[in-house]
Amino acid sequence: MSSVLQALNQGLHAAFEADDRVVLIGEDLLDPYGGAFKVSRGLSSKYPQRVMTSPVSEAGIVGVAGGMALRGLRPVVEIMFGDFSTLIADQMINGLSKFQGMYNGQAQVPVVVRTPMGGRRGYGPTHSQTLEKLYLGVPGLRTLAANTLSDPGALLKAAILEDDGPVLFVENKLLYAKPVLDAETLKDFEVEVQAIDAGYAPTHLLKLKGSPTPALTLAAYGYMAELGREALLRLAFEHEIFCELVVPNQLAPLASQGRLEEALADSLGRTGRLLTIEEGTFSLGWGAEIAARAAHQLGGQLRATNRVAAAEEPIPASIALEAKALPDVDDILAAARAMV
Amino acid sequence: MRAPEDLYREMSRIRHFEETVLDAFPSGVFYGTTHTYLGQEANAVAVLSQRAAGDIVFSNHRCHGHFIAYGGDMRALFAELMGKPTGVCGGKGGSQHLHWKDFYSNGVLGSTAPVATGAALAEKAKGSGAATVIFLGDGALGQGVLYESLNMAALWGAPILFVLEDNAIAQTTPRELALAGDIQARFEAFGIQSTALNSSDVEEIGSAAEPLLGAVRAGEGPRALVVQTVRFGPHSKGDDTRDAHKMAKLRAARDPLEILGARLKADERIKIEAAAKAEVQEAFAQAQKDPEAV
Repeated sequence: MSSVLQALNQGLHAAFEADDRVVLIGEDLLDPYGGAFKVSRGLSSKYPQRVMTSPVSEAGIVGVAGGMALRGLRPVVEIMFGDFSTLIADQMINGLSKFQGMYNGQAQVPVVVRTPMGGRRGYGPTHSQTLEKLYLGVPGLRTLAANTLSDPGALLKAAILEDDGPVLFVENKLLYAKPVLDAETLKDFEVEVQAIDAGYAPTHLLKLKGSPTPALTLAAYGYMAELGREALLRLAFEHEIFCELVVPNQLAPLASQGRLEEALADSLGRTGRLLTIEEGTFSLGWGAEIAARAAHQLGGQLRATNRVAAAEEPIPASIALEAKALPDVDDILAAARAMV
Repeated sequence: MRAPEDLYREMSRIRHFEETVLDAFPSGVFYGTTHTYLGQEANAVAVLSQRAAGDIVFSNHRCHGHFIAYGGDMRALFAELMGKPTGVCGGKGGSQHLHWKDFYSNGVLGSTAPVATGAALAEKAKGSGAATVIFLGDGALGQGVLYESLNMAALWGAPILFVLEDNAIAQTTPRELALAGDIQARFEAFGIQSTALNSSDVEEIGSAAEPLLGAVRAGEGPRALVVQTVRFGPHSKGDDTRDAHKMAKLRAARDPLEILGARLKADERIKIEAAAKAEVQEAFAQAQKDPEAV
């Protein structure tokens, strides 16, 4: 069983192997270091001409990647910490994400910007955040979040090789060490796989095999899907509350015409209750959008919604205070029990 | 370099195009806003008359002159300003956001610099031999990402020519209120060889650009051309806060069409002017007849 880190590294190697238009730009990429979280390890040795270790210029390297993509390359950018995604906002929002639309479909921008997000490592206020919500809803930009339910390397490879538009690829730091789940690990679950608008990024729907009618739909992505899975088991075995868990790889765009994606619509059709779980801050986030769509689409059939998310304060460096600020399994259990 | 008659024709086409835009704007035929290139025509024509097939051009908000000098179609540009489907980008880009062949413009100052650098690096990686030219104004010198780009362009030997059109004003803010230090020294600090001149003479600017473009094409890395120029018109429409008397004097002394025109035969010059004007009028009339977006 490979870890998420190994899978991502293999995905990058596979993309480099498959297409010599793939290049990598980022800070501290050269072996033996191989990037701050080692996702890029081995690439600079094997493809020295195609790996550009860069100055500390996040906006600049994303713009450079955009220009390379306009001219036919397929660049991957590594942004060392997701917190620095603030630095690339103009290039992402007023540049890369707009080129296809504002140039009337006459330009393609196959760029993948990879970045680790998330806390629980004591890195403090500027190296622990989950900021992807700042990018959700930007037209022309796809935002993906790796998880353990499908091979994150395969997802990354598809984003690099098959997507002709810009992609923000989010990797939660705590996922790196987690194993990519196999059938054996998931043997207690019935797993359905769909995709938003028939795209390449799968959404997984998990139900406990043989469980009675579910009472609640949990929706989570990235590392929070790990906590969601643990909460699902504990709710079933400790509290006899049966849930389904929906885990999208694609955070944006959501399904067309303001609708819920099918996996969520199906599950909510059975449960009528939605609990969204995210590591970003509580207000105005991914969960709020999912809940709004659910309310619109289900009307009176939606009996309850709630959100579990981070406190709205700078993430403290202290381990005790950080744990209080970020959502954990107990928060999910408490929220779920209050809804059923 | 091209014959003076050709250079004059290109500048005249830009002049008539931009005058038509400003004159017609109040009638409501265009939508949104515009930034005209009046007075700066020599820069675009001097540099882009030396372009080779496959060369890439990046431009800014003041892009009409660059687009026309690149060979862009004036009817399509008028139509773009009118928001019509026949426009350069189907009316989606408008005045500041153009892409046609290897020409790209975008509206956020300085934001084009890393993108152009990346485009140049891609061509270098592909071995295409194409040069990239990016036009920037003095206003863009306030943006940090420009300096990131100069650093990377020099570090990685990007085949790119930075053309800095210093018109001494950013919207309404004069250069002395926004810029410390020296412009040319900014490029030199990154090891980018540069030439600076204060001129509205297309032939003089062209002569300065020629060896720089040659070095870029020869793979010697980035170069910079810094031209002190004069923006004759407002920043966009009717927002010129400069002293009218001073501007009149500058217009008289620094008109690139007058400077080059004085070297042409009078009847030849009149013929070129008339043909350029007719071409612009025809393009404008055709664009007006083009169907509206639905």
